[in-house]
Amino acid sequence: MTARIALKSDVLIVGAGIAGCATALQLARRGKLVTLIERDQAGIRASGVNFGGVRQNGRDLRELPIAMRARAMWDELPGLIGFDGEFRATGNLRLASDEERVAQLDRFFTAATEQGLGLVRLDRAELKARYPWLSDRPIRGVLCPSDGHANPRLVGPAFAFAAQEAGATLIEHTEILEGWYANGAFHLRAADNRTFAAPMLVNCAGAWAGKIAGWFDEPVTLAPEIPQVQVTEPLPYRIEPVLGVMGGDFYLRQTFRGNILFGSGQGRATPDALRSRPLPETMRRGAEIAIAFIPHLAHVPIIRAWTGVDGDTSDGVCVLGPSETHPGLFHAFGFNGHGFLLGPAVGAVIAELILGGKTSTDIAGLGIGRFRPARKASAAPARGQHPDEERDASPEQNGAQNADRGSIGMERNEQAAGAHQRAEHGQDR
Amino acid sequence: MAGSPARILIIGAGPAGLRAAEMLAEAGCSPILIDEAPRVGGQIYRQPPRVPGFTRTASELYGAAADRARDLFVTFDRIRQRIDYRPSSLVYDLIDNRAIVASEGKSEEIAFDAMILATGAMDRIIPAPGWTLPGVYTLGAAQIALKHQGCAIGKRIAFVGGGPLLLLAAHQYAKAGAVPAAIVLPSRFESLAAAGLRLLPMPRELSSGLLWLLDLKRRGVPVLFGHRLVKVKGAESVTGIIAERAGRQRVIACDAVALGYGLRSETQLADLAGIRFVFDAERRQWLPETDPLGRAAGRKDIYLAGDGAGILGADAAEARGRLAAHALMTDLGIAHERYRPKPDKTAVACAERLQAAMRAAFDPPADLVTAIPDETILCRCERILAGELRALAGLLGAREVNRAKSFSRIGMGRCQGRLCGHAAAEILAGKLGISLDSVGRLRGQPPIKPVIVSTVAERKA
Repeated sequence: MTARIALKSDVLIVGAGIAGCATALQLARRGKLVTLIERDQAGIRASGVNFGGVRQNGRDLRELPIAMRARAMWDELPGLIGFDGEFRATGNLRLASDEERVAQLDRFFTAATEQGLGLVRLDRAELKARYPWLSDRPIRGVLCPSDGHANPRLVGPAFAFAAQEAGATLIEHTEILEGWYANGAFHLRAADNRTFAAPMLVNCAGAWAGKIAGWFDEPVTLAPEIPQVQVTEPLPYRIEPVLGVMGGDFYLRQTFRGNILFGSGQGRATPDALRSRPLPETMRRGAEIAIAFIPHLAHVPIIRAWTGVDGDTSDGVCVLGPSETHPGLFHAFGFNGHGFLLGPAVGAVIAELILGGKTSTDIAGLGIGRFRPARKASAAPARGQHPDEERDASPEQNGAQNADRGSIGMERNEQAAGAHQRAEHGQDR
Repeated sequence: MAGSPARILIIGAGPAGLRAAEMLAEAGCSPILIDEAPRVGGQIYRQPPRVPGFTRTASELYGAAADRARDLFVTFDRIRQRIDYRPSSLVYDLIDNRAIVASEGKSEEIAFDAMILATGAMDRIIPAPGWTLPGVYTLGAAQIALKHQGCAIGKRIAFVGGGPLLLLAAHQYAKAGAVPAAIVLPSRFESLAAAGLRLLPMPRELSSGLLWLLDLKRRGVPVLFGHRLVKVKGAESVTGIIAERAGRQRVIACDAVALGYGLRSETQLADLAGIRFVFDAERRQWLPETDPLGRAAGRKDIYLAGDGAGILGADAAEARGRLAAHALMTDLGIAHERYRPKPDKTAVACAERLQAAMRAAFDPPADLVTAIPDETILCRCERILAGELRALAGLLGAREVNRAKSFSRIGMGRCQGRLCGHAAAEILAGKLGISLDSVGRLRGQPPIKPVIVSTVAERKA
């Protein structure tokens, strides 16, 4: 193929979510010529339409080192991007309401405390005393005081803006259809036939990144993750910590503006995952759980709901690090619906890898190699023991949901194809 | 009677929904008629509560349209036992072939084989400084107060905006004993007169419009043509307005303002249903696309009727209700020989001409919206100023309304932009110097109107 190269750069980044923009920012600040290519607009997909939780609490232990590094960076956002992202450390409270989840939460408490994460364990009486608006349902809580929440609508675009200020080139509305490695460079061809080339490539393409990895012989199957969030009308500010219910697939926070946001379960996406919309049954279930944990919410009006699409890996943690097939290729995707916190540190880690060949952060458990087709049975990763079971109520249900959602970039199932015809709805922006 | 086992839903019991229900009932179908109001009639023929103390007659309530209102109510009484009528019910989401309905504090999912959306209209609002003061009502709300609650929004009311409904409402208030403080119209007398000439073939519409105007004049109500609303005055509530023409300002003392620059279609459910939208350059609004009978583009099982599919007024809504029901029954193979669509098609064509004349007469000048002062509250739910939207116009691709919404919160409040979305799009386009259609449209999200958490959680048995 002899295509005209539209733009020469040191590094190409596909996907202008927070991860891609943060990577572009770090590299551009260090003098690299960076081209950041985005199918739609910067920060418009999972980075911009997530729940807004900045959370180390309940993380899979493999993600905890980068999560802790990322958390420190959130305090430095004004210096990094000239905007605090409306981040406030209000705390994150994980709740458990049965013995099994209590045990899970306690295991996390012990392990994460050992790694240096500051946590406070609370029994039922302490929960009641601190948070009188909670029902009797939770019997254990673990509070991570350094966690909090920020405004996802603005953080991604702010990173994009800062990256451009630092000299990175942002190319929006450009879909990449094909990628290959030849003559010492990565080549990308866009839908409009422009071709981009650079000696380095970073794959930050979110829910669509598995396919890009596949172009370079290390495909990863991602299941669409379509979290659905409901918003109430603004109320006086009372609920300080962000809540997450262990195994209950439920999370809730109150914005400083006063709106209470709560999420539970999945919306529905089109097969290309570009559009999604809330589902009424998901909204109903969220409302039921909201009342069960905070009874006063029964009387509050819901004013809207939104969804967005992220990619789920099969073992619940992200893919972060160098390619195992192509030196110069790096991956950062598969954030399983909880990459918002990580974004700033993803940029720092990838930049370290590109500039110095190594990173100070332990990302050993996050490599793409774990998805290599298994030669031995033991090579297959197990979802198993990670304590962050935010998304599923029960194993059966989770299995059913995943089957229902199909997989992105792979064969489309019938239901998803039907959904595409029926719902052409956008994500909340 | 042939009938059909098909489950047919009609959303909205205004003139369009009622006529559609009548057609279907006559053909032996028993459609489900869902309506937000406690009684049928829609906004235009809204009825008072069915309790003692409300004694105003149809002619007092609906004036020259009393006969049409009475006929609709008689029709409804006739078909009442043959349809499944659900008053006080809000359809707050529409997905696939399911309508999610809130009533009596519970939610219910109603599946349908075919649906007629007759969701009507609401006021087009152009914000002005002070428009969020207590005492400022939309024109529609002022009419609801009068027709449904039997009360006036104030003692001295200024009617500001445009459209035949503004004159009608002022006239109705005057008749009810609340003489307007003034009628303030940005359109010039000459454009009204020119439109009047276009209405010569439609003597009924022309004469009723003239009648309202003359009646207001006779009662000594100042009718200020070519005047813009500069601001609504008041600290705690409305104490007056300032209107301006060619640099000359007039202060009008009043304790309430009825504000409305014509109507715009309510299209949230059509949006959620996935119907294709097209930009109507004449009405300056994105509208669900339909064929002449009301078949929705992109959904084989949905039909649109009445003002929800583009403003054509109440009389045309009745015709469009019948046409949509006719198309639905034709498509489903339901026999209904007696109906001849031609007169209704003629009525719709006639209404198109009338509406074109009304737009020429009353449409506010384009810069009325784009020139809103920066310090004006644009989105009242979230208290976003017009200047804030202008400041971020163009920033990082905020050349599109949903992006602008994401950056500014405009349209994120409880009305989801139903009130401010139109003005926001105009301001964004005006600031960027691009056309209105190129900034796109705010996408709707369920619930289309606020619904209490417990209502969402509790399922109707």
